[in-house]
Amino acid sequence: MTYSRGRHSSSGRPRSEKHSAGGAGLRAGLTLRIGLLGWSLLLLLGGLLGFGLLTLWTTSLTVVALGVGVPLVLVSTAMVRWFADLHRQWAADQLSEPVARPYLPAPDAGWLKGLWTILRDPATWRDWAWLVANSITGWFTYGLSFLLFLCGVFYLSYPLVYALTPSQVFRTPLGNAFRLHSVQESFALVPLGPLFLLLWYTTASRLAKLNALIIRSLLAPTAQAQLRNRIAQLAASRADTVDTQAGELRRIERDLHDGAQARLVSLGMSLGLAEQLLPDDPHAVQQLLAEARATTSSALAELRDLVHGIHPPVLADRGLDGALRALALANPIPTSVVTRLPGRLPAPVESAAYFAVAEVLANAIKHAHAQHIEITVEFTAHPSTTAGVLAMRVSDDGRGGASLDGGSGLRGVVRRLGAFDGTLLVDSPPGGPTEIRMSLPCASS
Amino acid sequence: MRIVIAEDLALLREGLIRIFQANDFEVVDAVDNGPSLIRALTTLRPDVAIVDVRLPPTFTDEGLRAVIDVRKQIPGLPIVVLSQYVEQLYARELMSDRAGAVGYLLKDRVLDVGQFVANVRQVAAGSTVMDPNVVSALLNHRSADPHLQELTPREHEVLSLMAQGRSNAAIAGRMFVSEKTVSKHTYNIFIKLGLEQSEDDNRRILAVLAYLEG
Repeated sequence: MTYSRGRHSSSGRPRSEKHSAGGAGLRAGLTLRIGLLGWSLLLLLGGLLGFGLLTLWTTSLTVVALGVGVPLVLVSTAMVRWFADLHRQWAADQLSEPVARPYLPAPDAGWLKGLWTILRDPATWRDWAWLVANSITGWFTYGLSFLLFLCGVFYLSYPLVYALTPSQVFRTPLGNAFRLHSVQESFALVPLGPLFLLLWYTTASRLAKLNALIIRSLLAPTAQAQLRNRIAQLAASRADTVDTQAGELRRIERDLHDGAQARLVSLGMSLGLAEQLLPDDPHAVQQLLAEARATTSSALAELRDLVHGIHPPVLADRGLDGALRALALANPIPTSVVTRLPGRLPAPVESAAYFAVAEVLANAIKHAHAQHIEITVEFTAHPSTTAGVLAMRVSDDGRGGASLDGGSGLRGVVRRLGAFDGTLLVDSPPGGPTEIRMSLPCASS
Repeated sequence: MRIVIAEDLALLREGLIRIFQANDFEVVDAVDNGPSLIRALTTLRPDVAIVDVRLPPTFTDEGLRAVIDVRKQIPGLPIVVLSQYVEQLYARELMSDRAGAVGYLLKDRVLDVGQFVANVRQVAAGSTVMDPNVVSALLNHRSADPHLQELTPREHEVLSLMAQGRSNAAIAGRMFVSEKTVSKHTYNIFIKLGLEQSEDDNRRILAVLAYLEG
């Protein structure tokens, strides 16, 4: 499930450096490449560490039969996964899109089951393949970038190197045919420095990206794994939805049975009795009729509440925008509503969004002790389709501390949104303020 | 008194016709959809109209939209809107032309035939009648309003009954006080809400409007 997963943090570095018109662009490009250079060194060492991990992992696998291998496999797997996660994060930063974790969820039952899950998980074997690949391609890509930079620096400072070292060491930089005899002559090699630096400058980010692509191809879930996860997620959310719906139907049935239906029976009884008493006791009849009228009123009030709980009439009349405004108007705490919607949304989405916001709002009114609440609902269309995402935000200036784990209604909202692949994020530090952000994928009509 | 009724459910329409005929109204037309309602109101110009919020063809708030439109052409045409539920949002929209002479009532209110007919007559006479549900929701909601905080609980009560379209005499009867006490309360309410002293009865409507518009 992805409901409560945090925001994906991408690094703030600028990634498009196509134009370097101004000095600022060049400086940014240079900073980026020097950053990459640092990373190259780290990742180069990482490649070595990865090879070490691979060896450890393979060794521990071969000694599983001896018993000690089991914890060793578990520990080294955890290390490999941690190591791979670091690379996923790095690749995600380079590619500006998240790289998902492909692993099967670990079962709760015992280490043997856990070990079996790990061994059975194709992602484990793809990690393994990646460690091998990374120690080769990594060396090539980061190593090349690093080497180009080193060459640039080396040739730029060639005369200095020549002067400082014993005179026979750097005499034949380009083979025996080209022999240097003095520091002055060694300046001939300096132009090679900018050449290499230029080469480094133009290839650095491409090489980094190339490596990120390799990482992604091996460390991101395969299409099959993605499908499998999706199916598990759908099955869980469907079970939730069916449960919720059955509960809702039970509640409606009970409310009708104990409320409106009982009142109508009592109404019929009053009227029957009135009919019987009419010739003899007009006064009693008058009283019975007054009672009958009162019963009708309360039956209507109950039915109204029930209908409101199923589908608020104002939502049917005015759509999400009007319904949220009506909700805000009826709210004892001053509430502002901002909506940016392209007309009506599909009815199920409107309903889910309305109840989600209403529930979060009720939660805020009950617990937050807020002075002011703000509701923002915005539909963002995906380019070139009618589908899009409905983003909803409910924020208050209350005391904070809201969470999914507290006995709050937020769990229910998560389930409600889950049926639509929606998500809910809580940002509510103790002391406030609270911000609940929800999103709901949908198509606008 | 000439009345037009707009209600799409035949059973309720017949019931309303019966109630009004029994109370000496002349039902000049009874329609079941929005476009016919607009036609009936603009051509027949009744003394008052009873309109269901939800009407064909859209079955949403067609009736409400229709009367808001018609009142742009015929300002102050007395309209009583009936609804299965009352929504503050709609009450505001109905009163947005500030011409008074509107009622907004739950359909349940029809059950108290005497009070209901009296409400319709009040609207026909140019008053504003809001459903007690709208009024009480407003009073709860507006308790943070600085103007409102100056009102005493007694004045709250008077204002709430005033918004329901009751006369000072009726309010006095409801609250078991003398009519003189009620006029003292209403006077205080007008002062606290900053409503100018004037000859006509319109300040009652303005007081209610002041609340509806927050």
